[in-house]
Amino acid sequence: MTIMEAPQATRRLTTSKAMVEAIAQEMERDPSVFYMGEDVGAYGGIFSSTTGLLEQFGPQRIIDTPISETAFIGLGIGSAVEGMRPIVELMFSDFMGVCLDQIYNHMAKIHFESGGNVKVPMVLTMAAGGGYSDGAQHSQCLWGTFAHLPGMKVVVPSSPADAKGLMTAAIRDDNPVVYVFHKGVMGLPWMVKNPRTLDEVPEGEYVVPIGRARVAREGSDVTVVTLSLSVHHALDVAEKLAPQGIDVEVIDLRSLVPLDREAILTSIGKTGRLVVVDEDYLSYGVSGEVIATIAEVDPGLLVMPAQRVAVPDVPIPYAHDLEYAVLPRQDRIERAIHAVTTR
Amino acid sequence: MTTSAPASGTAATATTPQTGERHRPEPSVRARLFETMVLCRTYEEAILREYHTDKGPGFDIGKGLVPGEMHLSAGQEPVAAGLCAHLTTADAVTATHRPHHLAIAHGIDLHKMTAEIFGRETGLGRGRGGHMHLFDPATHFSCSGIIAEGFPPALGQAFAFQRAGTDRIAVAVTGEGAANQGAFHESLNLAALWSLPVVFVVEDNDWAISVPRAASTAVPSNADRAAAYGIPGHRVEGNDVEAVYAVGAEAVARARTGGGPSLIEVHTLRMWGHFEGDAQGYRPELAEVSDRDPIPRYEQQLREDGLLGDADVTAIRDRATAAVEEAVTFAKNSPTPDPAAATDYVFA
Repeated sequence: MTIMEAPQATRRLTTSKAMVEAIAQEMERDPSVFYMGEDVGAYGGIFSSTTGLLEQFGPQRIIDTPISETAFIGLGIGSAVEGMRPIVELMFSDFMGVCLDQIYNHMAKIHFESGGNVKVPMVLTMAAGGGYSDGAQHSQCLWGTFAHLPGMKVVVPSSPADAKGLMTAAIRDDNPVVYVFHKGVMGLPWMVKNPRTLDEVPEGEYVVPIGRARVAREGSDVTVVTLSLSVHHALDVAEKLAPQGIDVEVIDLRSLVPLDREAILTSIGKTGRLVVVDEDYLSYGVSGEVIATIAEVDPGLLVMPAQRVAVPDVPIPYAHDLEYAVLPRQDRIERAIHAVTTR
Repeated sequence: MTTSAPASGTAATATTPQTGERHRPEPSVRARLFETMVLCRTYEEAILREYHTDKGPGFDIGKGLVPGEMHLSAGQEPVAAGLCAHLTTADAVTATHRPHHLAIAHGIDLHKMTAEIFGRETGLGRGRGGHMHLFDPATHFSCSGIIAEGFPPALGQAFAFQRAGTDRIAVAVTGEGAANQGAFHESLNLAALWSLPVVFVVEDNDWAISVPRAASTAVPSNADRAAAYGIPGHRVEGNDVEAVYAVGAEAVARARTGGGPSLIEVHTLRMWGHFEGDAQGYRPELAEVSDRDPIPRYEQQLREDGLLGDADVTAIRDRATAAVEEAVTFAKNSPTPDPAAATDYVFA
């Protein structure tokens, strides 16, 4: 796999446009790639994951499905087994409940159960996350749940460039890859957005290898390990705290499976202080896994107890103020950084 | 479009008559149907023997050379033989937790399948899958231990075959207990909507573990449910391999020629327990089961029609025994997987 971190012509794109660009480039390159899901055709994806693709590739390759996730995700699996490279969209990660058997018992297990004889080169895309009062069934992240179940890679891009590079890598991967895009990183015009959702994106072929974290901001005092939209929030806080003499390093995990444990350890080895920020639920999830990574290697790396900023174990509330009280936003991240940097 | 009527079998139904005026297959086909059924049964008898050999004292499901749940298909051979006779190994078959007869009839490598059942490194899945999780790229065979969930992947195989411009098809098999699952209905709808080359098959063996179909299913025939998706539905009564063969011919031809999916329900017979160790105390008709064995009945029919004599039957049984015992020996002589490699094959 070509790693293209070298200088490459860029222009500024939203995350959604960067993601779509990768899909289009791979569809041009490989006729076995197709995109299938609910409202991915004429609508262009509820969260703009397929804008313009129907016009470019037609209904044979950009396929609107019935609301029938078990059937069409399973269809994707079977087509991948027979050598196609489907990208299948689950409109919301919250909808995993209606089709999880196809995902974790079939998509993720066939390669193992076949002793490596059957590959399932499939990308399962899904929108995730809250912040716009969509309530408890349309605001979850759930990437930790997918990451917990063996047999699928899980990537969670935060930036436009990563959205492109990780999508290219996901399509080319011979494994099932769950590609989770937070609605808040897409740069949608109809939702509050962080300015970082519009950024430089390399033109042409661009691959970000799956399983390698990114140092989104170098710093020496404290490490914030995070992913997806929370990367933007953490960078906001880092910029705010810099003039106060707190130098924050932000690690964007980019991929949960495989997890770049080395990047976590390297950064903690430098700062000795850890805040994990995750918009998924607090318990039994990503934040615990990050801390376990350190505890298993050398708990002495931490000079202060770690802090976790996640959704306390509660369904996502509807009312704006209630929702913002449980999301890991800038205010909570800032308090956690102060907690690990103040003796 | 045809739909089946309730099992009363009155006029204007697609319920296939058990015997009588129906056109018989060619003699060579009939002999092959019989031989396939004998091979399937011989296989299950051998697995039954091996499975129970070392489960004692008492019965410990996790013990022995063949540990774990074991769902054997004795009595359901007419479904496998009658359908798979129309397929090549380029066609896909997805089966259930009770998959051996379908795998054998579809032409799977007996050595590799048996080694998998014995949990050996030479098995189809190198001992990672087991008897409910058989995957064979050579014959496009797979199965799922989750009720009805083998249907959706079959749609995808059919989709890929269709997109490649071939006349290959997928046959998706499940049990009558699965026909109340969402995956069943979603799959029928999507296959019908996109006119996918699939033949859906329901093996109605009367029992969803211990629950009789009357206690689980609101319609007398699952073939009736085809009407809900605008596709042909047939119910085959009598566990008759030639009736399955006839209905299967029509459904397979329809799928191959772009006519889309069909649904076939076969009223078949589970001769043994849901799994080995199931005492079947819930089953009032247990004493009559051996009288309904489809294999002696078909043998008798072929003898009466002058197609089989003693020597033929002996030769067929000997060939089956030799093939099965060779596979069992191969499995037993194969290495077990290295525990150090227990985490291999999660990713490609």
